[in-house]
Formats: sequence, structure tokens, C-alpha cells
Amino acid sequence: MHRAVTVVRTATAGGSTPLGSTEITVNGASRPCLTGPHTSLLDWLREQGWTGAKEGCAEGECGACAVLVARPDGPGRTRWVAVNSCLPPALALDGQEVVTAEGLGSPPGPSGAAALHPVQRELADRGGSQCGYCTPGFVCAMAAEFYRPERAGASTQTAGTESLRAGDRPDEHGPNGFDLHALSGNLCRCTGYRPIRDAAYALGDPDPTDALALRREQTAPAPAATRVTSGQGEFVRPNDLPELLHLVGEAPDAVLMAGATDAGVERHLGHARPPLVLAIDHLEELRGLDLTSDAVEIGAALTLSEIERSLAGRVPLLDQLFPQFASRLIRNGATLGGNLGTGSPIGDAAPVLLALDATLLLSSAAGERTVALADYFTGYRQSVRAPGELIRAVRIPLPPAPHAAFYKMAKRRFDDISSVAVAIAVRLEAGAVASVRIGLGGVAATPVRALATEETLTGRTWDTTTVARAADVLAGEGTPLDDHRASARYRRAMLEQALLRFHVEHPRSDSPHKAATGGPNVPKNGWDTGEVTR
Amino acid sequence: MSTPLSRRPPQAVVGHTVAHESAELHVTGAALYTDDLVGRTAAVLHAWPVQAPHTHARVTGLRTDPALGIPGVVRVLTAADVPGTNDAGVKQDEPLFPDEVMYHGHAVCWVLGETLEAARLGAEAVEVTYEPLPSVLTLAEAIAQESFQGTARTVARGDAAAGLERSVHRFRGELEIGGQEHFYLETHAALASLDDGGQVFVQSSTQHPSETQEIVAHVLGLRSHEVTVQCLRMGGGFGGKEMQPHGLAAVAALGAVLTGRPVRLRLNRTQDITMTGKRHPFHASWEVGFDADGRLQALRATLTSDGGWSLDLSEAVLARALCHVDNAYFVPDVELHGRIARTHKTSQTAFRGFGGPQGMLVLEDILGRCAPALGLDPTELRRRNLYRPGQSTPYGQPVRHAERLPAVLDEVTQRADLATRHTEIAAFNTAHPHRKRGIACTPVKFGISFNLTAFNQAGALVHVYKDGSVLINHGGTEMGQGLHTKMRQVAATALGVPLGAVRLAPTRTDKVPNTSATAASSGSDLNGGAVKDACEQIRDRLTVVAADLLGVDPGEVDVSDGTVSGGGRSVPWPELVREAYLRRVQLFAAGYYRTEGLHWDATRMQGEPFKYFAYGAAVSEVEVDGFTGAYTFLRTDIVHDVGDSLSPLVDLGQIEGGFVQGVGWLTLEDLRWDTSDGDGRGRLATRAASTYKLPSFSELPAELNVHLLEHATEDGAVYGSKAVGEPPLMLAFSVREALRQAVAAFGPAGHVVELACPSTPEAVFWAVQAARRARGAPTVPDGAGARGDRQPVDGHSPGPYAEAHPSVSSPEPLVTRRTVD
Repeated sequence: MHRAVTVVRTATAGGSTPLGSTEITVNGASRPCLTGPHTSLLDWLREQGWTGAKEGCAEGECGACAVLVARPDGPGRTRWVAVNSCLPPALALDGQEVVTAEGLGSPPGPSGAAALHPVQRELADRGGSQCGYCTPGFVCAMAAEFYRPERAGASTQTAGTESLRAGDRPDEHGPNGFDLHALSGNLCRCTGYRPIRDAAYALGDPDPTDALALRREQTAPAPAATRVTSGQGEFVRPNDLPELLHLVGEAPDAVLMAGATDAGVERHLGHARPPLVLAIDHLEELRGLDLTSDAVEIGAALTLSEIERSLAGRVPLLDQLFPQFASRLIRNGATLGGNLGTGSPIGDAAPVLLALDATLLLSSAAGERTVALADYFTGYRQSVRAPGELIRAVRIPLPPAPHAAFYKMAKRRFDDISSVAVAIAVRLEAGAVASVRIGLGGVAATPVRALATEETLTGRTWDTTTVARAADVLAGEGTPLDDHRASARYRRAMLEQALLRFHVEHPRSDSPHKAATGGPNVPKNGWDTGEVTR
Repeated sequence: MSTPLSRRPPQAVVGHTVAHESAELHVTGAALYTDDLVGRTAAVLHAWPVQAPHTHARVTGLRTDPALGIPGVVRVLTAADVPGTNDAGVKQDEPLFPDEVMYHGHAVCWVLGETLEAARLGAEAVEVTYEPLPSVLTLAEAIAQESFQGTARTVARGDAAAGLERSVHRFRGELEIGGQEHFYLETHAALASLDDGGQVFVQSSTQHPSETQEIVAHVLGLRSHEVTVQCLRMGGGFGGKEMQPHGLAAVAALGAVLTGRPVRLRLNRTQDITMTGKRHPFHASWEVGFDADGRLQALRATLTSDGGWSLDLSEAVLARALCHVDNAYFVPDVELHGRIARTHKTSQTAFRGFGGPQGMLVLEDILGRCAPALGLDPTELRRRNLYRPGQSTPYGQPVRHAERLPAVLDEVTQRADLATRHTEIAAFNTAHPHRKRGIACTPVKFGISFNLTAFNQAGALVHVYKDGSVLINHGGTEMGQGLHTKMRQVAATALGVPLGAVRLAPTRTDKVPNTSATAASSGSDLNGGAVKDACEQIRDRLTVVAADLLGVDPGEVDVSDGTVSGGGRSVPWPELVREAYLRRVQLFAAGYYRTEGLHWDATRMQGEPFKYFAYGAAVSEVEVDGFTGAYTFLRTDIVHDVGDSLSPLVDLGQIEGGFVQGVGWLTLEDLRWDTSDGDGRGRLATRAASTYKLPSFSELPAELNVHLLEHATEDGAVYGSKAVGEPPLMLAFSVREALRQAVAAFGPAGHVVELACPSTPEAVFWAVQAARRARGAPTVPDGAGARGDRQPVDGHSPGPYAEAHPSVSSPEPLVTRRTVD
């Protein structure tokens, strides 16, 4: 028995909308979505009878709940994106299109033989399912990669090496261009993954008559202006930034939500039930990516996947970050605004952005100000962001320092949380350190810059002696703790080792990429350098 | 007339590569699991536990009234509501509603609500007062305080003291082995309702429906025939649903009886991890002796398992551990003591391998540590000690087909091209100061059958309908392992019909009674025997009818692929079936099977508890990064003995999946409890998917090759096959030993590598540091750890994290002593 839900469409900048019109298109059919702000998309789908999507962890770690959503992909185009349905509230999908495993194909039954989607066919025939519980999620994550427009081109490349990013291993790309990282957010406890990998790499291109492939050529669903008040609380999707700033000004405790990759976890594990949720993921003012010669400004509500595609390698250090940041399913929802806004000391974006000397553009109804990221964090999950203020964009100066690396230490390479994260960006001139920025995660109450280490390095010859001394200083930065991820002692050792490794990988040279193109230890591909993992 | 168990007819359907029988349902999201039924059931109530925030405490007060004031709360279930026995187990030591909290998160009562949210808020409102009591948490604490439970056991042969005395090389050491969370993707779930006449119907995600039925009955004070349990399928079990579902099903059933409404109990992930049992952590101390050639002479060891708060299956797990310390190796003089610690943790339980992995790891670890000290290549040391035909295990069972051990080892080393790769790896390691590769080969010998003889029986019920279609029921449950797929193939083979003619119905206690758990890898052996028996009864009756129809002798009738033929004539199967019906021939049968030839003295720990042994071997290559201790798995080759496979795709899946799960146990999967004396003492810190990491794609070896041993017919099992569920898990030892080899390459020749278990990147890093120290190479100075002046600041940790488990993650090498003669 659900609590009474009142759906009130108010007159906003977008005009008034009729009562009770919140609805989601699931597998091609529209369904009214009459629920409160704290019902996840997953729970709502299951209540509707779409029980294919499963709850495995309810925190975006296992992918058993993955579904496809239709997202804008440039003017007039749509991209099928896989997300964890356990995280966003169902209301966040108001007016949107969702496809579940049931919508991709049908099993054998009274209506006839099975009509399986190519992804389903490959998984079924190759032993890709055992208990089958994770399978619908794998199907959706795999289908998103199947439909990824860039993938088709990759299938014609002779060797996949050119498409490899830093951090990629050749065995993690199929001959069909399939990027295994697309499945980095899906866990299977039964198969050991080999048959799933084989299924992924066996996929061809979508059939020209494939409905979901054709859907990509049409405009994505427009954002809906949603305002729902229920016994659970209120859910509002403002029409534009001024409206959002007005609402935030009035209710500074409102939860801003883009991909809900953190808020959804808080809802499930921390039982957070905020009275007001403000959905910001469709706001155009927060979704820009402005590239000039001296900086790139990244909208706070762009997903990491979108940033990765839009930047197309212009900030190499970010390209080291992306594959190590959670999973593809999470990156399809997570934003820089969210990662910095929650201010976790173990968020992976902050160390990298500190090394890149990023600044934040903070907006409020009163106007906008610029704060260096290094000055932004003030304490555990606290910052200089004032009530009523939000992160509008992140600005990264260009060109970035030529030598840079991101080292993430964790138990697992795919989709784990850092025990320690170190980002280093160095500019060398005449064999000496002209400038250096080092961002650290997991060693203090906030992400921090390794200021003492930077000072030890700056102006000194980039050699073993300097590096050894600086590495010793780095090991003393921060105040690491013992916890279930690592001991404090290991964390300190990892700080030291990170700089030692960086020097090995970036030996004395004024030109970047030297380490990747010559020398005795030189690997032919990205993963052989050892710089890729963790 | 039944045919010999292992003989496979020429047109057998077993042996064909077929997809999982539910594969098309899985991939389309149409396969139903217990909790998928909730939305298809009217007026369901939802259950939520009140979990105690203490690791050991007496419940001094319980006020449920405040919960009843929460809108939507219907009822709070407490001990006072139990009409039968307040016990979730079979040993009277697991109160379902406890008055003494025995572990952090122990459920003291359950709230039923109209919605899950109402039940949760109701649980928050229940007022419980506790009197905290002293707790025992770690194995070290339990051993020091002599906190044990159950019966200690000893497996012995010969005179270990004398054997050690005569040994040229003697070593001693210790090993601490971590536990493992099952992390089946589907958490525990039960849905209970009342049928006509008060009959209780429970749908449960259970590996052991009969025991779920028995415990629901005894909690409710009913007899077994008043309770029916059905398991549609499980989203993974791995042993975690062998004992643990019973109490949860009983709570749901109690709620249904008291409210008259269906009650759903589904644990969320954190509840599941914090409330249900896991693989037993173990501690082992040992002394071993070798002769001058590296042949094992004697082993004396004490194994202590961490049973958690109640016995559950701990005694059986310990028995299997003790019976597997030998793994594939002959040790003349053996003395193995085993005991079970009682700690204030979840009640540790069955997990794939059931103690076998822990027992086997003890000796594999010994061999890996001792090889350099003996001056032997580890693979050679292992090969030298393999069982030979004619030898027996320490518990007195002849090792039948011992010749398969060198056979699988030879085959896998050839397939893996071990010799060449040793050379390549040496060259790689010379060229790379910061990265080292290692390769290792380890064998597996695993005993098949329940140690307890009585469990080795099974039943089946096979129906042939008038249209020729076949429906089979059996006592086994499907958790992804492909049992139902194999049973369809067995039935199609035994009846001579195409696979498509056979359908399988969900497991129910009112179809086949008194079943054993689907466990001990025995599902196909036992239920396959029963299905085959039932089908052959029907086939024999039909053969008489067919002989008459065809005008031939019954011995000349052949039924295969749905065609009944003899004397040059044939009739289709449906026609034969219809004719048999008209002639009033019984078209259904109950089948039964029991494993012959087993005997076991559980007190003396001697006998022949196993029908046969499953064999296998693996070669794994890994690369270790010296900067971090992180590693990648480059390649694994496996040769495994599944007898004559019933279903090759299913067996391949079991081998690969078991192997990767074993790799997870030995490397990533790291259970951490708060062992401090603070408020959070006893709290499981790794209580979610974000903190407990199981293998992902990144742990799949870049290259994984599996080969099924050929010409491997097993005379003692259905259609010549062998069990496959558990044995492959232990193939993962090859990865741990390869890590040891890679770490050793950072040190001087002959360096003995001590590796904590699980061998997390941190553990490997400290081992690398120790190796570098031994070589005199620069390491992270202990200064990194000695900066004790930098104290942690308060408040920047999101929660009270556990202390690192000191003896698991300790970088300090354990003592490996070589006595000088």
C-alpha cells in the first residue's frame, strides 16, 4: 500500500502541465509514474511487473539492475546509455524512455519461439548465464555498447591499438571494437566472465532494421518539467538555472541530483529521505563544454562519459582518470559537480583536478564566483560552498602540464574505491622542475595538494636524488588512516612509490611520452607499462 | 531392468553441448526468482529485522509498541509468538529470536509492514535495551581464551613424531586463512503464504528445501506434511543457501500464520552480509618433514576454524578440511588435529569446497614456502610427492585412479608450455626491475560424496503424459550450476527421447520428499541416479508394449531420439505412450538412488567416505607491480577431470566459475571486522559491494584455457561422469603460488616468500618489500611505517572502520625454521 501521492504540475517557465502526467516509456509503452521522490527506478519498474532488472546491491556496484535509457547525442540524435536503475528515483525519468532486458527480446512461450536480441543470443548460446540473476543487467550494459555509434567504426580497424587509451589492455577490446570497460560495473559470481567476454567480442553490428538502432537517428526525449509532491517529499526538475538557483536559495538543504550515483546510495544504505530533491541533470546551463585556447570549462552536470567523449583526449590526465573512475554504468550518471559537491576524500576526480590546477565556478542567485579547487575543501565533506550556492562548472587551464599521471591504488582494478589516489602533473624545463602539482586522495579528511612535496621538487633537477628526497616528503603528506581498504602504513608507502614510479615512467626529458616510445623497458602497448593499473 | 550406472548408450543425449535450460529465460529477464513473485502476489506484507548494535549482549528489554504506532506496521514478531521451537537450526543452538545477542547485527525481532518502508521505520521504532557482554572476535582471541564449540577431531596415520624425527629437512610455520562472503547476486529471500486448510506454502531461495521445510515445521509446531517448500531457482547459492535460508523462511512463515497474509522476507545486501554465515576462516600451525629428496615424510598440524556464534555446519566443514589437507600428496606419517572456535561473528557455514579448500591450502602453502628452502622447483616438489596407485589417504581411503594426477599435471604443463615460459619469464624479469612475472602449477584432488554417508541418497519423480511429453521432478535445486540442464539430458538419454520432450518442474518438497541439500558437488551424481532409475522403470514398461506393437522380443526394442524401433519397423514415441496408456500401463515412476560402497567412522575419522576423487591441475601466470603490489592475471591453463562430461558447456562453466571464485577468495576478497575495543567492536566493516570486492572482469585472466581430461569414464557415477561443482575452486591455488613466484623474483635466489591470505595488493606489496630487503635492494624504508608521530585526525573517516586484521595483513614473515641436524 503506497502513500497517497499528489502530483502537482505548477506553472513554471515551461508552462503548466496537467495533473498526473508523470510518465515513463518502458519498452515502448508509456506508463504513469505515480510515486514519490524516494522510489528508485528499479523498485518502480519491478512494481510495474518488469522484474527482469534485479537488485543485487542497491548501490550501483553490481549492475544487476542495469537498464537502457535514451539520452541526447547531439542535435537530432539519441544514444542508448546503460545506467543502474537502483540509483535514480523513478521520477527522474519522467518523460524519458527506458528499455529493460524484457524489451530487447522475448523468451520462448505460448506466443511462440524465442525472439532474442543479438546480445541475448550470444550470451545464451555461449554459457554467459548460469544462475541468470545478473544476466538482465549484463544484457543491458552489453546492448548499450552494441549500439555505441563509435564502436561500429572500430570493427573495421585492423588493429585495435590506436583506439587504446591509457589504462587499456589489448585483451579488453574485442575485434569488433567492443570495449570491455562497458561491463566494468557488472558483477557475475558464477561464470568467471570468460563466456561473457566471448559473447561481447562475438557481436556484429546492429541490423539496419533494428528498432533501437534506428531510434538513435531521432531526437532524444525532451526533459520534462516535473514537480511532484507526495507524502515522501517533493521532487522538482527546474526548467532552467535561474529557477534552480531560486529554489536552492529558498531551500539550501535541498538535495541536488544529477545521476544520483551518490544520493541513490544514501537513500538505500543510509536511508536518507530528503524532503526536497532537485533534479539538475537536464539543465542546459550546467551541460556546456567550452573549449578555448587557454582553458576548458566543463559543465557540472555533464556525465563523465559525456566529458570523455567531448574532450576527445585534449586533457590526457583526464583520460587516465576516466577508466579508473567507478564503472561505465556509474560514469553514465556521475558528474564532476556531484563528485566535488559531495566532497568525499576518496573521490577520484579531485586529485586529478588538483593536479590540473582546476577552478570551480560557483553560482548562486546573487551571482557567480571563482574558487580554486585547492581552496575549495575545508573539512570532511565540507567546502567553502555557501548555502544557496552550487557548482556550475569546472575550469581547467590549457595546455595541461606535459608530464602527468594518475595512480589509483585499490584492491580491484575495475570499479573499486581508492585506498590512495595520486595525480601528478609536472612541467620540466632544461632538466629541472619548472612547476609541479600533486593532488592526493584517501590520505586526509579532504582531497589535498602535496604542497611540501611540490616545494621540494620545484626548481630542482629532475633526477633520482631529487625524486627520492621528494618521495620521502610525499610519504609524510596527509594523515592516512587504517581501514578496511588499506593500512595507514601502506597508504604512506603508496604515496612514496607513486612519485618513484612517476620518475621511472617520465625520466629526465623535456618532451612528453618519452617513456612510452623508447628505452629498455618499453612496452608496445599501454598496459605493459604498468602505469595503467590502480 | 536398470543398466549399469555408468554405461552410456550410443544415442545418448548426455555429453552434448547444450545451453543452460533456462538460458533464454535468463537473458530476457523472464526467469523468475523468489522475490519476483512478490508483485505477482496480492496483499503481501514485508519483513524487516531489528538488528542488534552489539557484538555480544543480553537483551534486557524489548518494547514493540512504538513500532505499532508507525503507519503501515502490522505486527512485530518476537520469541513470544513462536508456537513451536524457537530454533533456526538442527542443533538447538540457534535461537530464531534470541535473548542473547551473539554477533553484531543479530536480528532480535522482525517487523511486518504493508510496505518495506513501513517495516523499516517500524524496526527503527522498536526499543531494545541491551546489557553488553564481553566478546571473542578473532581466532587468536578464541584460541587464547579456549573458546571452542563442537567436537575436536583428529585424522592420523602412522607416527608423525617419529616421521618428523627421521626427516632430513624440517620446517614449521603458521598460516591464517581468510573467510569469504558468498555474494550470490540474489540475496536470501522467502515468500510464505497459507493454502487451503492452513497448509503453509513457502517459496524460498534454498539449496535444501527439505530442511527448510523441517525447520519451518518445528518453528511453527507443525508436522512436515503441513509445510511445503518450493524453490523455483536461486540467483546463486555456493553453499550459502544450504543452512542459512531456514530461519528466514521460518520468520516469513510465522508471519503468514499469524497474520493470514503472504509475508515476504528478502534481505538487502547489507543485511545479507551482516546476518548470514560465510566461508570459515582458518588458522593452521604445522610442522613438516621431508627426506633428502624432498619427499614428504611427516606432517603434524592443528587446524582451528572460526565457526562463528553457532555450530551450523562447522563440524562437517572441519571433517572435510581434515580429509583434504593431503590434497594430491602422499604423506606417510600424519597427525592432523582440528577444532572449531566459537566467536561472536555470523555463524560460518558451507561455501563451495566446504573446508576442503582451507585444508588443501595448508599443504599447498607449505610446499610453496618450503620449495626454495629445499632447493627445489615448486612444480618438481609437487610432482615428486603426488599420490601413486596403491597408496591411501591419511583417513584410510585408497586413492583410486591416482595415475590421473601425474596425467593431468603432465597434460596441463604441456598445454601451458611451462618449460618455455619459465625461460621467457626469467628473461622478462631480468629486463624489468619494477615488474616481475611468476608462473606456477598446482594439482587438485577432491573427494566426492557427503562425508556423512546418510546424505548420499536422492529421489526423483518422472511423469510421461499421454502426448509423450515428459516432466521430471527431482530433489536437487538449481542455483545456476546447470543441474536441471544435466537432469534433462539424463532423462532424455534414459528414455530415448529428444531433449525437447523433457521439461523440468521447480523443486518442491511435496513432489520428492526427504531430500539432501544440493551440495557437496553431488547434485548430478545423486539426482541423476534417481532420475535415471525412474526413467528406466518407465522405459522397461514401455518396452514390453513396444515389443508387442512391433512384434519383436523386448530385447530387440530400441528407443532413441523419440523413435521406437525393432524388427525393421518403428513407431513414434507419442504413439507408443498413447498405446501404453490405453493398455493401462503406468506412465510415471518414482526413482531412487543411493551411493554404494561408502563407509565412514566419524569418531575415528577413518573409512571410505568418498565414492571417488575428482582431479585437476592448473598453470597460472601473473605479473606483480613492485610499486604497489598490484597484479594482473596473464594466463591460466586448466586440465580437469569431470569423468565423461554429462554436459560440456555446463562443466566448462563450473570449472571457470569455480576457478575465478577461488581466485577471489585467495586474492581480493577480504572480510574485515572491527576488532577494536571501541563501540563498533564486532561490526563487519566490509558489508557492501563497495567495500567487499569480488572478482570483476579485471580478474579474468587475459587468456583462460580449459581442457576436459579425455578417456576419463568414472565407473561409479551416472553415465560415467564426475562431480564438478566444487573441485575447480581449488585450481586457484595456482594463482596464489604464481604470485609467490613473482614476488620471489624481487628477492635473491632461494628467497622464501611468506604470503598473507588473502593476498591483496597490500599483502603482496609487503611480501615484495621483504624480498627486496632480503636482496639488499632499496625498499620503502620502514620509515614510512615508523612515522608514528602523524596521528590520524578525527572525523575524516566516513564511519568506524575496522582495524586491519593483524595476523592476516601482517607484513612480518611467519617463522619458517630449518632445524639443523
